[in-house]
Amino acid sequence: MRYFLPLVVLLAVGALFWVGLGLQPAVVPSPLIGQPVPEFKLPLLDDAERSFTHRELTGRVTLVHVWATWCVTCRAEHPTLLAFARSGRVPVIGFNYKDDRALALRWLEAAGDPYALNVFDESGAVAIDWGVYGTPETFVVDREGVIRYKHVGPLTDDIIAGELVPLLDALGAGQ
Amino acid sequence: MTVELGHFALLLALAVALVQGVLPLLGAATGRTRWMQAARPAAWLQLALVALAYVCLTAAFVTLDFSVLYVANNANSELPMLYRIAAVWGAHEGSLVLWSLMLAAWSAAVATFSRQLPDELAARVLGVLGLLSVGFLLFTALTSNPFERLLPAAVDGRDLNPLLQDPALAIHPPLLYMGYVGLAVPYAFAVAALLGGRLDAVWARWSRPWTTAAWLFLTVGITLGSWWAYYELGWGGWWFWDPVENASFLPWLVATALIHSLAVTDKRGAFKSWTVLLAIAAFALSLLGTFLVRSGVLVSVHSFATDPGRGVFLLLFFTVAVGGALLLYALRASAVTSTATYAPVSREGFLLANNVLLCVAAGVVLIGTLYPLIIDALGLGKLSVGPPYFEAAFVPVVLPMVLLMGFGPFARWKRAGVLDLIRTLRWPLSVSAALALVLPYLLVGRHSVVLFAALMMAFWVIGTAVLDPWQRWRKLGGQGRRLPRSVLGMAAAHLGVGVFIIGVAVDAGFGVERNLRVADGDRFEAGGYEWSFRGVREVHGPNWDAVEGEFRVARDGDTVTTLRPQKRVYRVQTQPMTQAAIHPRLTRDLYAVLGEPLGDGAWSARVNVNPMVRWIWLGALLMAFGGVLAISDRRYR
Amino acid sequence: MRRVLLMLIAPATAFAIDTATFDDAATEARYRALIAEIRCLVCQNQSLADSNAPLAVDLREEVRAQIARGASDDEVVSYLTARYGDFVLYKPRFTAVTAVLWLAPLLLLLIGAGLAWRALAGPGAAERVHDDAERTRIRRLLDDRNER
Repeated sequence: MRYFLPLVVLLAVGALFWVGLGLQPAVVPSPLIGQPVPEFKLPLLDDAERSFTHRELTGRVTLVHVWATWCVTCRAEHPTLLAFARSGRVPVIGFNYKDDRALALRWLEAAGDPYALNVFDESGAVAIDWGVYGTPETFVVDREGVIRYKHVGPLTDDIIAGELVPLLDALGAGQ
Repeated sequence: MTVELGHFALLLALAVALVQGVLPLLGAATGRTRWMQAARPAAWLQLALVALAYVCLTAAFVTLDFSVLYVANNANSELPMLYRIAAVWGAHEGSLVLWSLMLAAWSAAVATFSRQLPDELAARVLGVLGLLSVGFLLFTALTSNPFERLLPAAVDGRDLNPLLQDPALAIHPPLLYMGYVGLAVPYAFAVAALLGGRLDAVWARWSRPWTTAAWLFLTVGITLGSWWAYYELGWGGWWFWDPVENASFLPWLVATALIHSLAVTDKRGAFKSWTVLLAIAAFALSLLGTFLVRSGVLVSVHSFATDPGRGVFLLLFFTVAVGGALLLYALRASAVTSTATYAPVSREGFLLANNVLLCVAAGVVLIGTLYPLIIDALGLGKLSVGPPYFEAAFVPVVLPMVLLMGFGPFARWKRAGVLDLIRTLRWPLSVSAALALVLPYLLVGRHSVVLFAALMMAFWVIGTAVLDPWQRWRKLGGQGRRLPRSVLGMAAAHLGVGVFIIGVAVDAGFGVERNLRVADGDRFEAGGYEWSFRGVREVHGPNWDAVEGEFRVARDGDTVTTLRPQKRVYRVQTQPMTQAAIHPRLTRDLYAVLGEPLGDGAWSARVNVNPMVRWIWLGALLMAFGGVLAISDRRYR
Repeated sequence: MRRVLLMLIAPATAFAIDTATFDDAATEARYRALIAEIRCLVCQNQSLADSNAPLAVDLREEVRAQIARGASDDEVVSYLTARYGDFVLYKPRFTAVTAVLWLAPLLLLLIGAGLAWRALAGPGAAERVHDDAERTRIRRLLDDRNER
């Protein structure tokens, strides 16, 4: 039956491609999931004098959202994020990435501010520690300050309902 | 009107292809001569119709009919005429029409040159080619119609992708497609032989020139692509092991194996079922390449914009076309018996080794290319496989093959003596080793083990490729006698491999690259040349604006050349493009690219001195020329 | 869904020239070799060395700074994989997951050698049964047939 071997190989390759068509080759999973958030200290977006550190991410479940005004996808995603933030499920910490402080503040004023607070990473150095590679990115951090989830790309209602909310339920967020 | 005419011709071609695909095969199965005779006229008619569709699409581009969506997306009123014609295959839909046109052309060529072929075999070959045409035309009609109207029409178009606005890249896809599609012919011969149940040497003899023709197009197509990447991408390299490059390299490797295995089946009746399998595999890999490029399952620098629907169709087509052939193979090949006997050391033995090593090389490239996908599909995470892997895995497989390649042509069929071979070849063997050892020291004063191995193999192949026809010519009686073209073809192709290896080895071993910050008046040294930067100025093209830098290059005080690399911005797509400046010579290329402004009038720039880099493409072209010689051999006329 | 079709995606052209310099040539060579083997995350399929994406520029600067501080290649690689995973390595590490990949050339060579052995042993095995005189006779017969 060795003459059937090529056919078997072909069917295996076909099956692989069939699965492959449903995958997203450009999305890279983060090795930080299950790890404590990286240590950092960043100024706030609206007040350069005050700063925010990794220690303040413990004690409650939070969503950390990486964004910038130059990021076109972030603008498109904004209404979805705004609606989610207004549900009050978890505090959304904004992570303003390689942006212009004045522009960012103006944008939030005009488009609505979903964030409990915003940190300002002007150089992008802290973002590297977080493994950020494309904006927007969304992290879920649990009570112990451990990263539990990361989504690259815009949040959609499907992702919020299908992935985010079940995870927040499991973590007991907002209770 | 022409647009609707083109669309209509395309649909009509689909109907004709269906006739070409079904009637002759049924006729051959039931012994109806009339039905079998439909194959040739159908093939010619199909070609005429696809050609009409193609001409209509070209007319839409030439007249800039922006009421056609495809034209509006890929042309612009400022686009020069040459690129309007090339824009037909500048994106997915039109390139499929070109693909179908070439398949129809190969079909018609087989129909024209198959008069000596047994009727049944000819009917089956044309039938199988007809079925492939059905697949591609259906794919075009259902998922990728280039004749779709845009209402209201666009005022102006989005322009052709700037990367494609280059003469080499304009002709690269047609040549590559000729190669991909040409491999359908040996595939069709193999499937026809399986259908007929006659896996003798006849199908092999007939498919030999066709395979060589497809292979030589593929060779030239890949060479042009590599050359283009070298001067257009501005990275200074000539091969990046990108999935899309690998997708063109895989069918080439297997087609090369096929050419050699067909020779054994034709001459000695051995390797019968193996040759059939290779013929199927070569075409399977060219379909696989099409799927990889157009479905988006892999991330590449050169992928088409993708659409899942297209991926599904192509996957189905791939599975049916290849799976059907392999099922036939499974059912029929077991009945094949080889009567030929041969010793391990014999022409057959060397060709067997050639096939094994070429297929292992193809297997390595295939696994490396698909590995990230496999791991992702199994849920084991994401990883990348890049040039370091391919270089480490590919070279050790290929070097022994090159060593055996020198012996092969000298070994007699059936049985050859090891000692005889070594005695005959003791001079090329020792001289190539000595040269490889000494030359780098003499010329450059540096050496390495890898360089020695590569150079020795190169000299060895060149030496044996020259010696073999010389000896044969002497045996024929010398003066006034002529060697068969096929012998010269083989020698030229093998010579090409040697030339290619010299280019690769010397460029990799002695290439110099400098990345620098340059300001007007700066002087620096690179690769033994004195370079000076003379600032930048603005220049304008028909549909682009550019900043052009100027480098004067001198050696020992004498000016060699002035290089003017550009940084172009095409007005419509506002995409920055690098235009490397190159001063080419057989012994070395001087290469300069301009990067970004760094402030204070300074620029980032990269200059390379690439020794003997031209030999890479010259070697490849020499291989293709060997193919031309082989096809023109008398026995195929 | 109709999309804007591009045959080639733009980032291929946004290539980079990195003018970073080091005190000695050996360190610079090490730096250039290293960034050529690290994959840029934002781009289609480009190395850190070839890409001009802002993240690639930042990461190159980070790598440069670490190397200038005397970090080894391994230290830089661990720094990057801790943040972005093994995806960034063009030269995958030898692990359980990549074992098949790295052993593939050897495995394929063994399989190929096995197949070749079978092909040779098939007709050859039959031949070996005969003694020398018989073998010559058979060979002559076969030669005759093939010559015809």
